[in-house]
Amino acid sequence: MENDTPVIVTEQLSKIYPGPVPVHAVNDVDLKVMKGEFTALVGPSGSGKTTLLNLIGGLDYPSNGKVWIRGQEISSLSKSALIEYRLNNIGFVFQAYNLIPVLTARENIEFVMLLQKKSKQERDRRVMELLKEVDLVDQQNKRPGQLSGGQQQRVAVARALASKPAFILADEPTANLDSTTAGNLLDTMVRLNHEENMTFIFSTHDQRVIDRAHRVITLVDGSIARDQIVAVPSDHH
Amino acid sequence: MLFQLAWKNIWRNKTRSLVVMGSVVVGLWAGAFIIAYVFGMIEQRLKDAVENEVSHLQLHHPEFDKDNEVKYFIPNGSDAFSSIQEDQRIKAASARVVVFGMVASAQNSTGGKFIGVLPASENRVTGLEEKLTQGSYFEHDSKNRVIIGERLAEKLKVKLRSKIVLTFQDTTGSITAGAFRIIGLYKTYNSTYDETNIFVRAPDLSRLLGTDLQYHEVAMLLQDPESLEAIKSELGAQFTDTTVESWKELSPELGLMIDSFDQYMIVFIIIIMLALSFGIVNTMLMAVLERVREIGMLMAVGMNRIRVFGMIFLETLLLVLLASPIGLCLAYITIQYLGSTGMDLSGLYQEGYAAYGFKSYIYPKLEDIYYLRIMIMVTITALLASIYPAFTAVRLNPVTAIRKI
Ligand SMILES: Nc1ncnc2c1ncn2[C@@H]1O[C@H](COP(=O)(O)OP(=O)(O)O)[C@@H](O)[C@H]1O
Ligand SMILES: [Mg+2]
Repeated sequence: MENDTPVIVTEQLSKIYPGPVPVHAVNDVDLKVMKGEFTALVGPSGSGKTTLLNLIGGLDYPSNGKVWIRGQEISSLSKSALIEYRLNNIGFVFQAYNLIPVLTARENIEFVMLLQKKSKQERDRRVMELLKEVDLVDQQNKRPGQLSGGQQQRVAVARALASKPAFILADEPTANLDSTTAGNLLDTMVRLNHEENMTFIFSTHDQRVIDRAHRVITLVDGSIARDQIVAVPSDHH
Repeated sequence: MLFQLAWKNIWRNKTRSLVVMGSVVVGLWAGAFIIAYVFGMIEQRLKDAVENEVSHLQLHHPEFDKDNEVKYFIPNGSDAFSSIQEDQRIKAASARVVVFGMVASAQNSTGGKFIGVLPASENRVTGLEEKLTQGSYFEHDSKNRVIIGERLAEKLKVKLRSKIVLTFQDTTGSITAGAFRIIGLYKTYNSTYDETNIFVRAPDLSRLLGTDLQYHEVAMLLQDPESLEAIKSELGAQFTDTTVESWKELSPELGLMIDSFDQYMIVFIIIIMLALSFGIVNTMLMAVLERVREIGMLMAVGMNRIRVFGMIFLETLLLVLLASPIGLCLAYITIQYLGSTGMDLSGLYQEGYAAYGFKSYIYPKLEDIYYLRIMIMVTITALLASIYPAFTAVRLNPVTAIRKI
């Protein structure tokens, strides 16, 4: 694969929330994320992690600067175009409320592929594959309310993968989980990173989660304070 | 996919869905019932007006309607009356001498319409005898007997066997008067009618007019009301120098009244539909606001605005489609039941209805096509009402929605 093409590039990326006292949530961030990277975004609460992830994920528009995903500039897309873009290019895992409560685990995973108008055959095949990867084949017909927090987050990861995105963006995916369950989720993510060469970028507070990352970016007051490579991406043995 | 999701979503909060369905049921039921009620009332009024007051057809001198002058007798009225009585298509006919004048008692006086009748014929057409509440119908050949409405008796402060004086112009233009003894009091459902119409024998009036027995009016009830127009034009051709009019022409105020009831009905229906839409806007808005995070998440992962809109819209549509059969069945059962037993409003508002000539019994009635129309109207109302909540969902910003997590 073209592991040399950056998946995410930001240039002079800034977000200022207007108000009586404008908040510079993200300040001149220049970032490059390569395919297959497993990157943690850390920093104190309020340091701008969520804001930065929202900009990268095309959920919000920057005040300044640009975002490229696989070489395409997305900050100039219209709102509707961005929704379509997110559907086909970005996988999301949030801290909570990731799933549609009335659908089963299986249907939740299938949902994005339905939005993408994938064929029944392809959906069935892919859902099965993903259920196996996140180890939830037995739970596929349960609704989110009948699953544990860790299982729900694994369904969310499978759902994020289902659309075959360029990368998966996860904002504090383990924040609501106890450490063992958080560890399980991380195992799943690491495995997917290995097996599917899927790029992950996630924010976290949890030191044990940080320890599993290959690259740790520390944000302070909206700027990158430190950017460490702690291990080579899975593909670059 | 949207359909399945919407279907599942409506069962999330059963209470709320039941509220929406309940409003649709009540909206349909009330809408259908009000229309049926007004139709029943109008039909009853028409039937009453025909059977008790104007009959199906009336024959007059062409000038009589305009001036009501006593000289405008029907040319060869007696012959016309005999030939009408022999017509098989005519159920009953009554020939009348009609004079307008003043009626006075010792205490009071008022204007009135004096109707000189042939007692048996009149009874077959308007059933006057059945409407008597006191006294008796014209039985003996005694002269100058009169039957008046209860209302008029109250107004004149007279009782059975009191004497009243009828004053009017004769054919020469001189004032003539006669004292009549009250032998009967009647009451119809139309209090205005009761106050003006005074029945005497035709010969008594003719004598006071100074003419032999000639008629101003022949009123007819038909065997088959459907043939009204055909018989009307036939009689018009047969009796030259006369006019034949149907109840529609004779009572234009009936048409006006029907129109005004139509308008009331529309106002009522608009009120019901407004109530329905407020109910739906409220509950569906709650359904959206309760799911802000979820809808934000859906938009974040790529559900576009048309689909979000469609989901909320479909949820409302499904609720309406589920509730409609229930509402229609309820309406149908109620209307069929009350349509056969009748609704007794005598305790409720009898005086008010009587002033318009309405019976206090109403038989609600609705043609099938109206059920469909009401359902379409309710569905459109519900869908219009779902636009605002659906639009609210579409306008959610995924970032702020998810921040709430
Ligand atoms: N919608 C907003 N309006 C104004 N200020 C905001 C908004 N969202 C976030 N902020 C502010 O921006 C800064 C960064 O927030 P956030 O990106 O959530 O940081 P983190 O995810 O690292 O906790 C904080 O000071 C926060 O208060
Ligand atoms: Mg955050």
